[in-house]
Amino acid sequence: MLQTIAFYLFATLVVASAVMVIMSRNPVHSVLWLILSFFNAAGLMVLVGAEFIAMLLVIVYVGAVAVLFLFVVMMLDIDFASMRAGFVRNAPLGIAIALVLLAELVLGIGAYRAGALILGTPDGTAAPLLFESNIESIGALLYSRYLFLFESAGIILLVAMIGAIVLTHRERPAAHRRAHQDIGKQVRRNPKEATFNASPEIGKGIDL
Amino acid sequence: MTETFQDWGMTYEWAWGLATLAGVLLIALPLMLAVAMIIYMDRKVWAAIALRRGPNVVGPFGLAQSFADGLKVFLQETIIPSAANKGLFLLAPILTFTVALAAWAVIPFNSGAVLADINVGLLYIFAISSLGVYGVVISGWASNSKYPFFSAMRAAAQMISYEVSIGFVIICVVLYAGTFNMNGIIVGQIGHGLGVFNGYAFNLLLFPMWVVFLISSLAETARAPFDLTEAESELVAGYQTEYSSMSFALFWLGEYANVLLMCALNAILFFGGWLPPINWEPLYAVPGFIWLFAKIFLFFFIFSWIKATVPRFRYDQLMRLGWKVFLPMSLLFVVLISGWLMLTRYDCGDAGRVYVSTVPVTEAGVLYRDGQSAANLWDGRCVDDLPAVEREFVS
Repeated sequence: MLQTIAFYLFATLVVASAVMVIMSRNPVHSVLWLILSFFNAAGLMVLVGAEFIAMLLVIVYVGAVAVLFLFVVMMLDIDFASMRAGFVRNAPLGIAIALVLLAELVLGIGAYRAGALILGTPDGTAAPLLFESNIESIGALLYSRYLFLFESAGIILLVAMIGAIVLTHRERPAAHRRAHQDIGKQVRRNPKEATFNASPEIGKGIDL
Repeated sequence: MTETFQDWGMTYEWAWGLATLAGVLLIALPLMLAVAMIIYMDRKVWAAIALRRGPNVVGPFGLAQSFADGLKVFLQETIIPSAANKGLFLLAPILTFTVALAAWAVIPFNSGAVLADINVGLLYIFAISSLGVYGVVISGWASNSKYPFFSAMRAAAQMISYEVSIGFVIICVVLYAGTFNMNGIIVGQIGHGLGVFNGYAFNLLLFPMWVVFLISSLAETARAPFDLTEAESELVAGYQTEYSSMSFALFWLGEYANVLLMCALNAILFFGGWLPPINWEPLYAVPGFIWLFAKIFLFFFIFSWIKATVPRFRYDQLMRLGWKVFLPMSLLFVVLISGWLMLTRYDCGDAGRVYVSTVPVTEAGVLYRDGQSAANLWDGRCVDDLPAVEREFVS
């Protein structure tokens, strides 16, 4: 009973906030609706007993990715009128993409129903858990059966990260480069070496 | 508590609902009181260090000062700037306050005294504290004012940067405890320091991580010396500039509730939470929550001490510390600690390992794994590490 109410609450909120993401006029509001949507999706994950995935969803997407979205969107200088203008022109493309996504979903679910998958069974019952908590179960699978895939995913992410750094890193020309700050050198300075007492005669300066 | 209500003749659902509600009130109301008193203590400590008296007018020793302040802001007018985004402007303080309270759900006050004893307790706290940044960012943007916006940008960058190192520190603790459950982490610390001290901080590998955690928790809660989000010399009052009355008070309460939470985390993760500091039988007679409160109090004193003595960091120094010092250091310690544990705790020697070639895979075992070979699931692993369902096929 309570589970059913909770499911419909979370599911309705996910769909409603996902609709609001594309319907709201202000892009910052869109991002905030997206965050609400992520959050309710995490609620759904908790309901099916995948509390680890739920927490990861909140930590990674809500806590880090969406903050950066918000960061960028807030700094944009946006003309709201021009953003709404292209709706009719872009509608056919949008509908085409939506149809492709729908076809993929139908195909995916059909394939899932047709044959056995390792993580679940076609009749909808979940595969038995290896350990009591699902963190341990996920760990046992990731680091044994899926070790190779898991490690390759990690390496692909590393390559992507280095690629992003290389693409955005630019060497400043020497003339524009500011003096390089060496923290260690600053910390090593002490009053004896860095200062000296001078008592110049009146009317005369000192050489530095 | 559910059983008590059930004894009074309620059905399980009602008893559970009432017990949860009672638990929430039992945590939230004393927390509000604690926040009021801790603000008073904060001001007294700064005053003592600056050779001043601090609040001393309202009530005996000025004890009622926070309540007088609370009454004052409650009676003030809530001003909403005309160009502000009204809905979000009002949502931001509520969000900050709610998030600061929600994290307390999984904090254990004694061996059984925890509102939600969930498997992923520590991850839950990490997730909730990463939501704290939204209150700041939304308030900064919705105020439609320069300085709050600068402050919001600073806060977002700062909190994300230090969450990274906090995450790695948490991983180090979890590696040692073997669980994300808060009570499990505390129980794992019994006699951890030479069998005498209760706490992971008495471990040579975890002590540096505690130092990193303490400094990162200062940065995560934007306390001095990392309070760049409200650096008054640069940003007026930061993201709170446009706020007044209760909306300002909610920020204030939420901020201090977060500081208390970070003190509690320091106590739970590294100093044994509700365990007495020394593993000596008579000390266990003192109720656990008293030990926890004493430790929170001690850490809060350290926080105010730091605030009163250490000058504010520059923003580039803050970023350098987070990304160039703490991140590589905590990453290195994750490697060191997992290596050390692999050598000492999880290595069962060659005799304890399972090799597929030596184990007859029964028909039941094959069915269980959807007809897949057991080879890449089992081979070379210790018997003790195998899940119970698999272990029966081995023996």
